[in-house]
Amino acid sequence: MSKAQLTGWNREQMAQLCAGDIADQSIVNLGIGIPELVARYVPKGREFIYHSGNGLLGMGPAPAPGEKDPELINAGKKPVTANPGASFFHHGDSFAMIRGGHIDVCVLGAMQVSQRGDLANWSTGAPDAIPAVGGAMDLTAGVKTIFVLTQHTTKNGEAKLVEQCSYPLTGPKVVTRIYSNLAIINITASGFQLQQLAPGITFEEVAERTDAPLLPAKPDQDNE
Amino acid sequence: MMNKQVSSTELAVADICDGATVMIGGFGEAGSPTELIHALIDQGARDLTIINNNTGNGEIGLAALIGNHQVAKMICPYPRSSHSKVFPKLYRAGEIELELVPQGTLAERIRAGGAGIAAFYTATTVGTVLAKGKEVRTIKGRDYVLEYALKADVALIKCEQADRSGNLIYNKTARNFNPLMCTAATTTIVQARKVVAIGALDPEQVITPNIFVDQIVEVQEPLIDAELIARGRCYP
Repeated sequence: MSKAQLTGWNREQMAQLCAGDIADQSIVNLGIGIPELVARYVPKGREFIYHSGNGLLGMGPAPAPGEKDPELINAGKKPVTANPGASFFHHGDSFAMIRGGHIDVCVLGAMQVSQRGDLANWSTGAPDAIPAVGGAMDLTAGVKTIFVLTQHTTKNGEAKLVEQCSYPLTGPKVVTRIYSNLAIINITASGFQLQQLAPGITFEEVAERTDAPLLPAKPDQDNE
Repeated sequence: MMNKQVSSTELAVADICDGATVMIGGFGEAGSPTELIHALIDQGARDLTIINNNTGNGEIGLAALIGNHQVAKMICPYPRSSHSKVFPKLYRAGEIELELVPQGTLAERIRAGGAGIAAFYTATTVGTVLAKGKEVRTIKGRDYVLEYALKADVALIKCEQADRSGNLIYNKTARNFNPLMCTAATTTIVQARKVVAIGALDPEQVITPNIFVDQIVEVQEPLIDAELIARGRCYP
């Protein structure tokens, strides 16, 4: 069961690859945690506008030390800033942006992704866990493009890319593309399809660590 | 115009009954009416249903209200946080009920409650365990879940400025659920950092019109939850 852990890309590189696939002027909602790294790697010449579910469009980076404002925070409750052109609004408007299809891209973490694009990222379903969903189900229901940023396997080496999620779903058939430490993988009508391998990683190594069939990259793709 | 200002948080919360449903504004500590919550702890109403995005931090504000065994049920999207220990303990002991609601669905249910809309269909939770037992309807080829409006007996609200008639202005992301909750409660009680004369607010800048507000109390320098938690403070 347990296979050697492979390195591949680090988190920053995964975030950078993901940022590279987001178009200029996109309205972007970044999940809490690793997805927040995407904001550090906006490609030159592009601008992303960040939406934070707690009522801020045009979110800027963390404030300088000593300039924290407890009333200016992001959805992860961390201090942020507001960029020129930003706006504040209440939760009704904020989730109208999400549920009404006004956000272009959302980047989320994952516990599991199934071959048909089901996402599980809010609960292990363990009986003593405190269930907490936040806005994850609103995002998966309302945002057209859902990118997932995740390690390819769990710390114990278990596959996170699976035939069927065993954890409770956040949303069915919602994920567009997965950026893992080993590869970029698209969700297609036929299941997982390789887009790009991390340097030094082979197709077989990725396939072995994926609990569902993995289709090779399309031949015309530029693949390392 | 009617002057809705009252002189203390104690007076403002005096009439909250046992068994009341209370909406409390705020997202984490931003926009949390901590002084009104503390007054509700002193007042002692029990068996409350509380609607909030979280369950409070440390042992102050909402966490202290829960810790004081005044809350029977939470309606909440995210009852966890890095400093939240009171709710998990009671929840695991089976001493508090939780209705888990996605954040956007919560916002919309409150909006509907305030706007006289009985229920609505949303794509959020379709195909998940949170849709279990709920009506699903296919509209133009897509599935939607039926969600009912939420109302409350009381809303506890924090804002930046209020005029004495109850027009409100908020500060940055401390706005969050507050304007929605103002509309959906029978009695809306507001703590404002500054209360100004009627006519002193620019009507173009008003976020919550006074029709949705019943009582205002001035709390000039509200507690900052994070500072209290860092100093290990508890309430009472």
